[in-house]
Amino acid sequence: MDAIFLQILNGLDKGGAYALIALGLTLVFGTLGVVNFAHGALFMLGAFCSVSFYKLLTLSKQVKDESITFFDAFKEQPYLEIWFGDYGTAIIDYAVPLSILFAIPVMLLIGLIMERGLIRHFYKRTHAEQILVTFGLAIVLQELIKSFFGANPIPMPPPEIVSGSAPIGALFGLGESVVYPWWRLIYLAFSGIVIAAVFAFLNMTTYGMVVRAGMMDRETVGLLGIDVERRFTVVFGLAAVVTGLAGVMYAPILPPDYHMGMDFLVLSFVVVVVGGMGSLGGAVAAGFLLGILQSFASMNEIKSIFPGIDQIIIYLVAVIILLVRPRGLLGREGVMED
Amino acid sequence: MSDKKNSAGWSRRDIMKAAGAFSAAGTMPMFFSRGAWAAESFRNDPGNSATVKLGFNVPQTGAYADEGADELRAFKLAVKHLNGEGDGGLMNTMKPLSLKGNGILGKKVTYVTGDTQTKSDAARASAKRMIEKDGVLMFSGGSSSGVAIAVQSLAQEMGVIFMAGLTHSNDTTGKDKRRYGFRHFFNAKMSGAALGPVLKKEMGTERAAYHLTADYTWGWTQEESIKETTEGLGWKTVKTVRTPVGAGDFSQYITPILNSGADTLILNHYGKDMINSLTQAIQFGLKDKNVNGKTFEIIVPLYSRLMAQGAGKNLRGILGTTNWNWALKDAGSQAFVKSFGSEYGFPPSQAAHTCYVQTLLYANACEMAGTFYPPEVIKQLEGFKFDGMGNGKTEYRAEDHQCFKDVLVVRGNENPTSQFDLLEIVQEVPRAQVEYDAKIFGGELGPYKV
Repeated sequence: MDAIFLQILNGLDKGGAYALIALGLTLVFGTLGVVNFAHGALFMLGAFCSVSFYKLLTLSKQVKDESITFFDAFKEQPYLEIWFGDYGTAIIDYAVPLSILFAIPVMLLIGLIMERGLIRHFYKRTHAEQILVTFGLAIVLQELIKSFFGANPIPMPPPEIVSGSAPIGALFGLGESVVYPWWRLIYLAFSGIVIAAVFAFLNMTTYGMVVRAGMMDRETVGLLGIDVERRFTVVFGLAAVVTGLAGVMYAPILPPDYHMGMDFLVLSFVVVVVGGMGSLGGAVAAGFLLGILQSFASMNEIKSIFPGIDQIIIYLVAVIILLVRPRGLLGREGVMED
Repeated sequence: MSDKKNSAGWSRRDIMKAAGAFSAAGTMPMFFSRGAWAAESFRNDPGNSATVKLGFNVPQTGAYADEGADELRAFKLAVKHLNGEGDGGLMNTMKPLSLKGNGILGKKVTYVTGDTQTKSDAARASAKRMIEKDGVLMFSGGSSSGVAIAVQSLAQEMGVIFMAGLTHSNDTTGKDKRRYGFRHFFNAKMSGAALGPVLKKEMGTERAAYHLTADYTWGWTQEESIKETTEGLGWKTVKTVRTPVGAGDFSQYITPILNSGADTLILNHYGKDMINSLTQAIQFGLKDKNVNGKTFEIIVPLYSRLMAQGAGKNLRGILGTTNWNWALKDAGSQAFVKSFGSEYGFPPSQAAHTCYVQTLLYANACEMAGTFYPPEVIKQLEGFKFDGMGNGKTEYRAEDHQCFKDVLVVRGNENPTSQFDLLEIVQEVPRAQVEYDAKIFGGELGPYKV
């Protein structure tokens, strides 16, 4: 029972990340009709927003280690700690959550520049051309990050108070060994809030209503005198922010490196396809479904019956779902069927 | 039969005798100069060229690009020293030394580089290009056992020596060993042998270990070797779980550990996988747990500096092994750190050290052989005993082309004094403790002449 509970929790936690990434991807596809292979790079850029912010906060005074003569070795003390003592230490400790404030404008700007500068020129081009150009863009972005930060992962600690694990088993009357990292629980809650906020924006605001209408029938909305293109640009920016925030908060779980976006790219496309192209609800549902299935497939008991199942489960489920429901779980008729 | 003579007094028999004597005299020096026969026939023979070319095949893209960059720095430094430039580095401390600082056999050393991408097929393609198009006499480098084994078999096929870079799988000099492949770096078997006594001293003889293992040749052999060591100490192995390379999030593999009854986690992961799995294991509170009345412990059998940098504070207090560390105080290590540090402004990694040493060892073997002919160079490397290269007295064992030398047991430094002071040396384990019988892993070296 303990093991099953832990795997459900683990699946939800994974699913939260998958859903957040896939949400941005499907938002762009649903509104602009663009298959954005640079989406993984946005996730990576979000994670590097937290790295940059952390590096900014930890700009340090360097005290040379005189015992080393062949090169310069330093012991470093951040200026924030020198100037503000314990307050400075506390600010650095909360670098990851604070970097959300830094990441929102940065990611919005990156999204707008990407859409206005490149993506919009490919609206009317074939999906193959869109894939090629966005994939190329992703490579350029990751090489830029590599040239600044190197190829090695960079550790990003969560705040000290939530760096350990929560005794969650005790809360549910399970064994004491049932614990779960605080930061992963925070990530799960955070993904839930962001997903709810995006749905609220699309369903409860006039702006969102126009966007949804544009997703259904762009031409008619345009004929009503609404500048739907401009709204879609904002939606691209919103998708970049959502994906970037997923990356910011993921940094303590997976130390960021320049390639992390590519690692998530294929996975997020599978989530979108399983959920149904252009379906926001489908993307979220598929994210959680695949997260939970992946988690269970990694259990030793399951692997002893089906060796290697943990490595193929996501693709296996995708094949089965597409055979049974060719449009995915909640896919709409007419999307990518022309 | 008459023996008619011509007008000059030469019979046909005289002419034939003279021709035979002339041929014998003409070829006589070849019988007395090593490799001279072969000089006619080996691949990429530099002949009368004033230069020789070496190939440095390292990961320049992908997850190990930083390690590859460090290897490349070391190779460039080695070339510089071989050509008599710079401060000479380890050529000042290596014993015995046949190198003269005038290139190799009087020919200036040049090089080409390739990108392995840490993928076997890409590494083979790159090595093949170096051999066929660039005409390299030897190639070296790499950060993965899968790659090393793949290019080593290519080396054998093409008759060009491969001096392996960072590769730790037992298979490289075990079942997949090749006559044309040489490894200076230590291996998983030696890591286990070095760690054993330290684990016994620090963690006792009654532990329950859980392995997370990267699912490829290096991971398998490390798991096997460490398991053999810990079970030899009396530890129980609770479970060994294979994880896909590059899994990213290892949480689904970590959660079963929590109630498995294990009190020790052994991470047979390298590079990014190790950084991620260790970071996540710490977040799951494994290091704070108390199981079976013991504090939960994590062991990382193979460390590198880049891994230590990536794992940050999570690595503190965790035991592992390395091939070499810049903080060693012997004359060879200090000479290399001085040379590398002055050139690049930071200390070399163990990957840089092994690549530098391999280049010098190859060059030295050519000097000893007096030829570039690979079979003769191989014979000089086989059984070569040397010192002053940073690992104490070392021997390239002839039977499997594995170097035997001291191994370092290290621990993630609790109180680093600088950004480079990441690993604390717990013990320099003497070579005698990590030696083993070459026959246990099987495999065949193959022929000298291909």
